Parts: sequence; structure tokens; C-alpha cells
Amino acid sequence: MAIAIALLLIVLGSVAFHVVTPWWSTPLASNWGAMDDTMTVTVIVTGIFFVVINLFVVYTLWRFRHRRDARAAYEPENKRLERWLIGVTTVGIVALLAPGLVVYARFVDPPQEAMQLEVLGQQWQWRFRLPGADGAMGGSDVRFVSGDNPFGLDPSDPKAQDDVLIGANEVHLPLGQPVKVLLRSHDALHDFFVPNFRARMNIVPGQVSWFWFTPTRTGRFEAMCAQLCGVGHPAMRGFVVVDDAAAYQAWLQQQPTFAMTLAKVPAGAPGSAQDLLARGRDLAQSKGCVACHTVDGRSGVGPTWKGLYGKTETFADGSTALVDEAYLRGFIRDPKARNVKGFPPVMPQIELAGDELDALVAYIIAQSDRRPQR
Amino acid sequence: MALVDTATHDDAPKSFFTRYVWSQDHKVIAVQYAGTAIAVGLVGLLLSNLMRLQIGFPGVFEFINAERYYQFVTMHGMIMVIYLLTALFLGGFGNYLIPLMIGARDMVFPYMNMLSFWVYLLSVLVLMTSFFVPGGATGAGWTLYPPQAILPGTPGHEWGIILMLVSLLIFIVATTMGGLNYVTTVLQARCEGMTLLRMPLSVWGIFVATVLALLAFPALFVSGVMMLLDKTLGTSFFMPALLSMGQASDYKGGSPLLFQHLFWFFGHPEVYIVALPAFGIVSDLISVHARKAIFGYRTMVWAIVIIGGLSFVVWAHHMFVSGMNPWFGFFFATSTLIIAVPTAIKVYNWVLTLWRGDIHLSVPMLFTLAFILTFLSGGLTGLFLGNVSVDIPLSGTYFVVAHFHMVMGVAPLLVVFGAITHWFPCITGRMLDERLGRFHFWVTFIGTYLIYFPMHYLGVLGMPRRYHEYANYDFIPASAHSLNAFITVVALFVGAAQLVFVYNLVRSALHGRPAGSNPWRAASLEWATPQVPPQHGNWGATLPVAYRWAYAYSVPGARQDFIAQNAPLQDGGVEPQAPSKPAPGREAAR
Repeated sequence: MAIAIALLLIVLGSVAFHVVTPWWSTPLASNWGAMDDTMTVTVIVTGIFFVVINLFVVYTLWRFRHRRDARAAYEPENKRLERWLIGVTTVGIVALLAPGLVVYARFVDPPQEAMQLEVLGQQWQWRFRLPGADGAMGGSDVRFVSGDNPFGLDPSDPKAQDDVLIGANEVHLPLGQPVKVLLRSHDALHDFFVPNFRARMNIVPGQVSWFWFTPTRTGRFEAMCAQLCGVGHPAMRGFVVVDDAAAYQAWLQQQPTFAMTLAKVPAGAPGSAQDLLARGRDLAQSKGCVACHTVDGRSGVGPTWKGLYGKTETFADGSTALVDEAYLRGFIRDPKARNVKGFPPVMPQIELAGDELDALVAYIIAQSDRRPQR
Repeated sequence: MALVDTATHDDAPKSFFTRYVWSQDHKVIAVQYAGTAIAVGLVGLLLSNLMRLQIGFPGVFEFINAERYYQFVTMHGMIMVIYLLTALFLGGFGNYLIPLMIGARDMVFPYMNMLSFWVYLLSVLVLMTSFFVPGGATGAGWTLYPPQAILPGTPGHEWGIILMLVSLLIFIVATTMGGLNYVTTVLQARCEGMTLLRMPLSVWGIFVATVLALLAFPALFVSGVMMLLDKTLGTSFFMPALLSMGQASDYKGGSPLLFQHLFWFFGHPEVYIVALPAFGIVSDLISVHARKAIFGYRTMVWAIVIIGGLSFVVWAHHMFVSGMNPWFGFFFATSTLIIAVPTAIKVYNWVLTLWRGDIHLSVPMLFTLAFILTFLSGGLTGLFLGNVSVDIPLSGTYFVVAHFHMVMGVAPLLVVFGAITHWFPCITGRMLDERLGRFHFWVTFIGTYLIYFPMHYLGVLGMPRRYHEYANYDFIPASAHSLNAFITVVALFVGAAQLVFVYNLVRSALHGRPAGSNPWRAASLEWATPQVPPQHGNWGATLPVAYRWAYAYSVPGARQDFIAQNAPLQDGGVEPQAPSKPAPGREAAR
């Protein structure tokens, strides 16, 4: 009879766990409360089936356990009972499906007044684009992608010129404004997932997928990639900040348009050392280095930059080298030449102007206590 | 069923090699299949425990870096779904049970049956080789989604993915050879009196699953070939214009979603390729160990057939948030929830078979009861994920991981353990050790529930699957990390308990208690051979004749509480007939 008691305890324990669990949906921050409601309906309906069927089994085990000289009944079928059970199950299924489909009908029908937000996924970073004053996104294609044009926008498309580009992993949205999120990828599959918003969608290279939601709460919400996209998948993090209208406008004014990023003349004037480091930090962000390289000592997809300069690095073939400035420059220029031991050989060759490389290398060196001796 | 019975004792193989290695006997091939599947399954188990070590105690085990973690994830998934469960249910149980249960001497194509095993073994060896090639095994996830599966940035994109695809292609060849054999045998080699609606449900489950395999695996085969061409020759079936590690590539115009459609057109029926044999076997175990006719046999058969048919029109519920046209969601959510009705009926009928039974709590019955609870749990959470608007926030989270492990990982494996315990005396003539069996049962049943039940809640929280680490996510509380550590510890115990099961298999095969000819007093034909374990050709001089169904348990007025399927007609217990037809059998039963 241990099994009957075990089944009973599992049922009671599961219900009790459900009641007291500290782990449940993140606080809702979008209009998709209806998704939570359909889930609640599903929990209740399936919960009833789970409890009733299992308790029936428990009772049956206790009542009809083997006794000496007992004999089972002979009842190979009971059409009436079977029809009843089919009926009850069908009602339960309809009760689940109907509200689910009603909610889904809203999900596939974005409101006309929704603003557009493009989320651009690339291994292993996020970028964002807003349509600018003309309200329309310019055309894009991966063949346009370059160091100056990381979004791959069509430079000849007039609609692209005023597009607002956010080259970092944090975007702001205005409170209460429906957003149709257009999803684009340069390389692999990704998935833009903000648990608090509920709605989400995969990103597929070669096409634009979409979903929509309305932010209903101000705050800073964590975004992440939820479709395995390679070895740096967990490093692909972002943030969505929901602002009131004034704060959103203030933020929006600071973001450059595509035309502005194209016109930006490479900085020729030698700045101060502080400027150089700030520029290096910005480059580490905008070129996506930070997706794999931390500055706080944690090991990411690639080696941390904290203390990297001046240490002796070991390679997959067992050889070693001192990490000096020449090493850093050489590795960034040709990442495939050597494989650092313990890390996958996946670092891309990133196009950097000469002064950009100076700034980035200076920033990496600054993450170490050891200083170059000149 | 007009068969010419050609088997004589003279054609029995004599040498060790022809008897146990290059054997064409379905019983030996079944053991070869099962042994290989269990061996490779232990590798899959080890990989899962390594993964759990990293999730439960991130960074403690330094050799489990991100690259290895994804390789473990991928190989664990593929090994368990394909090389363990599919091979074990079709190649193992299918091979052993079909000829014995339908009263045949062997499979109709014994030579092809032998080839099927050796080709399967080759596919396993190719798969295992991929651990040792430069770059290691593929880490693309068991779904092998392009484009990333063949791009740098994914572990094993050099050789691992090629060996994985080649291994799958070889496996499909093996499955096709075996599958054609099983289907033909069921349709052509049943003994006299063994009508289709007298076959045990185990045979029905394996038969329909085999038909599904024959229809579904070609979709995987073509997608495997196409991806191999994309990888090796630079075609663009699944590859759009894209950047590879920031650099322009030569691919253009292909569709990653095409692969997903092909994969899941295979992948969803695959769930039932594993589940239907389990459904069938569980029906038989319940009936035997509760000493009661399976409740609603015809309904059970039709449920198996309907589930099999519907399984081909639900595949895109794996793709609700894939970026496919969202309007597909209405159709696939509806078809998915419809499939819940025949599935629920199966659960009701198992439970109603217990009702007013004479329930013997033997080890096979314990596993059966554990299966019902686990399958019910996993099936009900399927209603969350099949209902598209509930799926959207849950997709890609640990809720999905918990769901499919419950429904198509743990549940079928509980059936495997129950079934091996049940048929071990038929295979070896000895009983499995009962004390070890009960120990293994309790650790496995309670352990897996402790692992997967709370895991659903991590998914509701939003924890994404396939993350090597979760450092610095504010929405994941410290308690969730503690829960992960707890799950890991339980998983290690459950993993270790499987070694007890394997030890029990080996020890009992050598030193177990002799079982006698029909230790469970079962009515189906596999226990009615002249010798137990059955010898080459199974039936001695004459083939058996089936006079009734396999569920004549506790028939009123009968001398004992079961009537063997091949007992003389006057013993009674003939199956209930369809109501529209005259019922001669019922007359005979009175």
C-alpha cells in the first residue's frame, strides 16, 4: 500500500507546492494580462483533472488491492461510461481552447496606431532602431553591413536617413503606447524575450517576424535571447526601459539618426587619455565585444579583460605568450590565428579603423593593474 | 493468414557466431538492440548529470565550459530520443514481442532484421565518434536548427554536425529496414485465429508507431541531406543571406523555417513513435497485474490509430513563436487540443481497468502506476503548451523542459523498466531481483517527480532553457538557484539508481530465481511457447491457434483467473464483439 500513500502524498504535495510556491510569473508590465488569465484557467482545469484522476487511482488501489481468494470483475467495456467520459473531456478541452484562441486573435492583430520598434539580433548582442520623423523604416540588407553601418541599412534609401539607431543593448519605450516589434537577425536564430511583457517571438535571418504589446508600467526590464544561438547565447542580454512621455522624449533626442552616424567624421584630433578610454568603452559596447568579454573577472565566452594585459596566455596547442599591446592588436586584427586554451575559437574579425583600435586596446589595457612601460 | 509453416528444428543455427552475433533470430536481435540502446542510454544519462552539475553548481566544475555544456545538451537529447527510446521500443520490444505475441516463428525478413541491427550499431558508433573529432560533437541543440548548426559560433560546427547528420541518416536506414519488417510481419504472419482485433495492445502500439516511423523519418532524412549539402557543398536550402561571425557569407535565399517545418513534421510523430508502444505495453501490464480485461479494448485500439493519424497534423505547435505566419496558430492549437481527447480516453481506460480489479502490486504494476501519474502530469502540461496564447510566454523556458521530460522521457522509461521486469522471465527464464527492483523503482519514480515537478515553476518564472549560466539576472531570485542545486542533487541520485537497474539485469540474468513457464499467469501467446524461454522458431512443431483475445482475465465461471489465448475454444473468454455483428463468440463463452 506504500504506492497508494505515495500517490496521495504526491497529489497533496503538488497542490500544496502550487499554493506556496515562491516561483511564479514575473510582475506583468504589458497589456497581455489575458495570457496570464488563460494560464490561470488552464491551471484550474488541468489541476482538477490531475487531482480527481489520481485520487480515483488512490482509492482504487486501496479498495481493490489483492486479497486472498479475491477475483477481479469481468467488465470489458461500458459504452455509456466511455461516451460520458469523452463528453466531459471535450467540454474541458473546449473550455481551455476557446479563451486561448480569443486571446490569440488579439495577438495576431496589432493595433493600427502602434509605433514600430526594430530589434536587431546579432551574435551575441542587441541593437534597436526606431523609424524616425517620417514614421517609416528604411530598407536593409546584410550586404550593407560594415563597421560604419552595423545595422545594414540601405544608404541610398531616403526613408532610412532619419531612422533612429540605438547601438547599445538598452532601448526606451513610452508608457501606454502600443509597440509593434519588428525582429531582424544578421546571423543566427534569436528570440527577444522580456518575461514581464509575456509576448515574444523568434528572430529568423532572412525574414522579419513581429509581435506587439503595450507597456503598462514604467521601469527597467530585463531582455534576453530565448532561442539557442550559439556558444554565447546566455551572454545576449538587453534592457527595455519604459518611461513616461517626457522622459522618453528626452532620451529619444539624444539618439543619433542613420544620417548622423554616416556623417560622423572619424575623430582625427588627439583627445585626452580619458577621452580615449571612454571611446574604447563605447566601442566595446557598440562592436559587441562585451557580449563575450567581461571587465569584472567573470569568464565569458572569451577571456575576461580584467587583468588580461600583462598575463601569460596559454593556447590550445600548449604554447604560451605574454599579453602585451602587440599581442592585443594582433589578436583583434586576426582572431583566427591562435586559439586561447579553454575558449571556443569563435571570435569574429571586426572592422576597426586605426584610431578605433588604439582606443579599444587602451581600454583593454586599462582593465589591468599592470601598466605599459614606455 | 494462409501461411505455409516451413520452420523445422533443422535450420536452427549451430555455431556461437550464428546464434548470438550474426543472428537472424528476432529474440537475439531484440536483445542486441536493447543492449546497445541501454548502453548508449547510459552515456546520455551521464551527459544529463554533467549538465545538471553545471546548472546546479555553476562554475564549480571548470571543465564544463559553455562549449562542452551545449555539446552535452545536444548529445543527451538526441541520444535519449532517437538512439535510446526509438531503438529500444521498436528494435527491442518490437522485435521481441511482435512474433511471439502474434504467434509467428520470426520476422518475415530475418536477414533484413539482422542487417537493421548492424546498421543501427553503425549509426551509434558514428555518433559516438563525434565526441572525438576536432571541434568535438555538435552543440546545436538536439533540434539542430540552421543556420547556426553549421556556422562558427556553435560548437562542433566543423565535424560534429556532419557526423551527427550522417549518423541520423544511417539510423533512418536501420529503422526503415526494421520498420518494413515489423509492419509486414504484423500484417502477414499472424497465426490462425489472430485477427487484428485480437492482437495485444502492445503489438498495436508498436505497429502504429512503426507506421508513423516509416512516414515521419523520411522528412528528417531529406532535411538531413539538405543540411549536409548546405554544410559541405555550400548550397542554401536552409541558409539565407547572413553574416557568419560578423563576416559576409556566400549563402543566400534559403529558409531556416523550412528546416523547422521538416524537422517537426518528423519530430512530433516521433513523440508518438515513443509514446504509442509505451501506451500499448502499459495496457498489457495493467491487465495482467490487475487480473482484469483491459477496459474498452476497441476504444483503445481506435485511440492509438487516431492519435497516430492526428500526430501528423500538429507539428507546428512546436513553432508557435518561430516566426512562421502567426495565423497557422489557430489551426495547430485546435488540432493539438483535439489530440488530447483520445489520449485522455486512454488514461481513463487504464484507470478503469484497475477499478474492481485484483491489483497485484508487483514491480511491473508499480512502474505502471508511476507511469500513469507521470504521463498524466506531462500530458496536462501539454495542454498549456498546445494552447497557443498560453504557450507564448512559456515557450523556450524550463516549463517546456519539464513537460517533455515528464511526457516523453520519464513516462516511457518507466514503461521500459516495468516491461523489462515483466518480460525478463520470458527472455531469460529467470526473475529480476525483486528487492533491487523495488529500490530502483522508488528512487526513480519519486526522484524524477522531485526533479521535474518544481522545474515547471522555474519556467513560469521565465528561466530560459539552454543557458550555460544565469549570472546577474535580477528576475531570477537566489531561491531559484537553490532549487536548481536541489534538482541537481536529486538527479545524481536518480542517475546512480539506474546503475542498480543495470546491475540487477546482469546479476539476475546469471543468478536470478528460475521463473517457471508463466510467472505472471498472463494470457497472451508469448508465455505459451513449448519452451520458456522460447527456442529458435518459437513454437516447436506446430504454430499456435488463437481462439480469443489476450485479455480473458477473471472470466466468470472459468477454472482459473485467466484463459490463455490459445486455450481450446470451449474454455470461453472470447472477446466481446462489435454490437452490430452477431456474436458467435459470446455463445461459445456461455
